[in-house]
Amino acid sequence: MAEYNLTTPLSEEDTRKLKAGDIVLLTGTIYTARDAAHARLVKLLENGEEFPFSIEGSVIYFVGPTPPKPGDPIGSAGPTTSYRMDSYSPTMLKFGSRGMIGKGGRSQEVKDACKEHGGIYFGATGGAGALLGKQIKSAKVIAYEELGPEAVRELTVENFPVTVVNDTFGGDLYQIGREQFEVKD
Amino acid sequence: MREVAYNDIVDAVKNMIMTTATNLPEDTLEYLETAYKEEKSEVSKKVIEQLLENAKIARDEKRPLCQDTGLAVFFVRVGADVKVAGGLLKDAINEGTEKGYTDGYLRASTCEPFSRANLKDTVGYNLPAIIHFDIVEGDKIEIEYAAKGGGSENVSRARVFPPAAGKEGIINFVKECISDAGGNPCPPITVGVGIGGTFEKACISSKHALFRDLGTTNEDPEMAELEEIMLEEINKLGIGAMGMGGTKTALGVHIEANPCHIASLPVSVNVQCHSSRHTHITI
Ligand code: SF4
Repeated sequence: MAEYNLTTPLSEEDTRKLKAGDIVLLTGTIYTARDAAHARLVKLLENGEEFPFSIEGSVIYFVGPTPPKPGDPIGSAGPTTSYRMDSYSPTMLKFGSRGMIGKGGRSQEVKDACKEHGGIYFGATGGAGALLGKQIKSAKVIAYEELGPEAVRELTVENFPVTVVNDTFGGDLYQIGREQFEVKD
Repeated sequence: MREVAYNDIVDAVKNMIMTTATNLPEDTLEYLETAYKEEKSEVSKKVIEQLLENAKIARDEKRPLCQDTGLAVFFVRVGADVKVAGGLLKDAINEGTEKGYTDGYLRASTCEPFSRANLKDTVGYNLPAIIHFDIVEGDKIEIEYAAKGGGSENVSRARVFPPAAGKEGIINFVKECISDAGGNPCPPITVGVGIGGTFEKACISSKHALFRDLGTTNEDPEMAELEEIMLEEINKLGIGAMGMGGTKTALGVHIEANPCHIASLPVSVNVQCHSSRHTHITI
């Protein structure tokens, strides 16, 4: 279990050294998107239309934050359950996105796409919204404002704590961790 | 007949919602602290450490514990000798909910089932609340509240078994449900199990079981024993905190049982994440 400090956008060199279980502190710009935004973003990519941010090396955070209190950039902002993005993520990775942050297991298709395109699925601690929100230094809506909490936001993060769940070698922390502690009768 | 002013209920509900969003209840905190000490996996321990730290930040800085501030779920017991002056109790609870979620900068998470359009500007901010009413003796209004997040709700299940399935069938059903859920419902979880009644009664009972504080047991010794067995079985799964592998997948199992039809054995499993935001007040 190694620890890394990485800055976004992520290069393939960054991602291909990571292993399931590694802890990473992310700094830089990341983008938020949930189900509704993913459906629209993937359509843009497939149709070759203009994309709201540079996808190369981008890290997508599956989150729908609470509204900020006056003076704060963002409210509480922990990860949402990732499998709802499973049908969209392989396309995002294919077009150059290199990281996803969420919680919960992913499909085989997503794991395969991570291997093929050098992508990483990071887990953040679900329900630690107050703690994670504090690591977000600025936030602005850059697309789909009408989706409310589901709008696409550009976030600046500093030392945002995540754990590598799916690496580029096919490793899966959920599987490895569970096998280690499962008690079979 | 005692009278309670409509606006007093609105205010009480609003306060309850705002406080609950930023303060993890004592029972949950205590159980998480114990889980931190007893957890054998280093990765899971680290997660629980973050959860405790998160609870502290949320309380001290009045930030929502989790960005999913839930749908507002209420169990309301209305005394037969009390009436609300100035409006309907249901409207007062909804109005208090809307105010609490707005003033507390909480998330509006209600939407239409298919278009997924958020209801904040049409029906109301995070409305409608889910309210279960009951009429009881006395002149008080007792309101139990929980903010129910989507992640743990999504892995919940119900099924009507034939009576022959018995205890073993139910234990296996619960175990399978939690095993399939893995890290998705944000473990360490609390598991509410509704047994008996009809299909919908089992579901409502499994929800209400989650409103009970950790550390309390079912009054019926047979059910209390079953709670213990289920907890042990679930913690053998190895899921651990946030599914990263560990020995503390669940903090507790709460059963609520009801008499049922001679032909059926309904069972419902409702899962509560570690962010178990629940409270109750009596007016
Ligand atoms: S399951 Fe609970 S802790 Fe996890 S994101 Fe949802 S509400 Fe928050």
